[in-house]
Amino acid sequence: MIIIIVTQLITSFIAAAGFGIIFNAPRQSLIQCGLIGMLGWILYYWLVEQGMNVVPATVLAAMLVGALSQICAKLYKTPIIIFIVSGIIPLVPGGSAYDAMRHFVVNDYYTAVQLSTKVMLLSGGIAIGLMFSEVVNQLIIKLIRR
Amino acid sequence: MNDPISVSMVCMLAGKITLESGAETHRVEDTMNRIASAFGLEDAQSYATPTGINFSSGPAESTNFIRISNRSTDLHKIANVNDISRKITAGEVDLPGALKLLKEVDRAKLTFPGWMQIISAAFVSGSFAFMFGGTWLNYLPAFFIGGLGFAALIGCDRFINTRFISEFLASILIGLLAFISIYCGWGSDLNKIIIGAVMPLVPGLHITNAVRDLMAGHLIAGLSKGVEAFLTAFAIGAGVAVVIGII
Repeated sequence: MIIIIVTQLITSFIAAAGFGIIFNAPRQSLIQCGLIGMLGWILYYWLVEQGMNVVPATVLAAMLVGALSQICAKLYKTPIIIFIVSGIIPLVPGGSAYDAMRHFVVNDYYTAVQLSTKVMLLSGGIAIGLMFSEVVNQLIIKLIRR
Repeated sequence: MNDPISVSMVCMLAGKITLESGAETHRVEDTMNRIASAFGLEDAQSYATPTGINFSSGPAESTNFIRISNRSTDLHKIANVNDISRKITAGEVDLPGALKLLKEVDRAKLTFPGWMQIISAAFVSGSFAFMFGGTWLNYLPAFFIGGLGFAALIGCDRFINTRFISEFLASILIGLLAFISIYCGWGSDLNKIIIGAVMPLVPGLHITNAVRDLMAGHLIAGLSKGVEAFLTAFAIGAGVAVVIGII
C-alpha cells in the first residue's frame, strides 16, 4: 500500500510539473505547481480508495488545490491561474471525456451519454471546489481587514 | 495628463496578450480596468470574449476593438503582464515605459522550447497511464507514444491552420502506434496506453475554464470555450475511433 502511494505521489508530481512545462509556466513556479498537483491528486486517490464517490472526492481535492494555490499566489505574487491550471490537471476528467467521445463515435450512445454526464459532474465539481476556496479566501481577507 | 488614446493602446495590448495566452476573460477585463484607472481613466469600459476585446476610455467615448485569432496557453506571459500591471498601479512605470515593456512581452518566445515540451509530454503520458490504474508495463509505451503524439501535434500545427485537424491527425497516430505496440506484445492494456498518450492533448483546461466562466456570469465566454473543448474532445475521440474502426 505504501509503495503504491509513493509511486502515485511521484507520478502525479511529474504529471503536474510536466503540464506546467507544456503550458509554459514560469520556471521558478514549476516545483510549486508539481507539489500542488501531487497533494490534490493524493487526497482524491486516498478518498476514492476509502470508498468515497468520485464526484465529492473531486470537489474536496479541488478545494485543497484552490486553497494551496491561493496561498502560493499570495506568497509569490503570481497570478493564481498558473498554480490552479497545473494543480487541477490530474483531477480533470480528460480520460473520461475522451472515453465518452470514443463511445459516441462507435455508436454506443447509451454508455456515451452516461460518461458525458459524469464528465459534466466532475468538471462542475472542480469548479465548485475552486469557487468555494475563493469564497473562503475572500471571507478571511474581509475578517482580517475589520 | 495622459492622453486617452495611448492609454487605450496600452490597455488593449495588455488585454490581447493575456487573452491570447489563455487567461480567463474576467481576469483580462480586470487587468485592463486596473491599468486604465491607474492612468487616470476612471470610467473605462472593457468587454472581453475569447475571440475579441472591446475597450472604450469612457461610456460616451468611441470604442476600440481588437480581434483575437489564435489562442494558445502561455502562462509565463500572463505572469509577466500581471507583474507589469502591478508596477503600473504602484506608479513605478509611466505610459511609454509600460508600452515598451508590454511590446517586449508580446514579442517574447516560449519559455520552454518545443523539444522540452515534447519530452515533458512524454513524461506526462507515462505518468497518467500509471495513475489511471495501468501497470508499469504500460509506462514505457505510453511514454513514447505520448511524446510522438505531442510532437505530431506541434509539427502539424506549423502546416495546418485548423487546430482540430492537427489534433485529429495526432490522435490517429496515437491510436495506430498504441495498436502496433499491443500487437507486438509491448504493453498490456490498450485503453490505458491510449488514455495516457492523449492526456497532453485533451482539453481539460478548457472544460474547467468554461465551467468557471459560466458560473462567474460570463455566459458568452463560457459557452464558446465549452464549444472549443467539445470540438477538441470530438477530434481526439474521432481520431482514435477511426483507428479502432479500421482495425
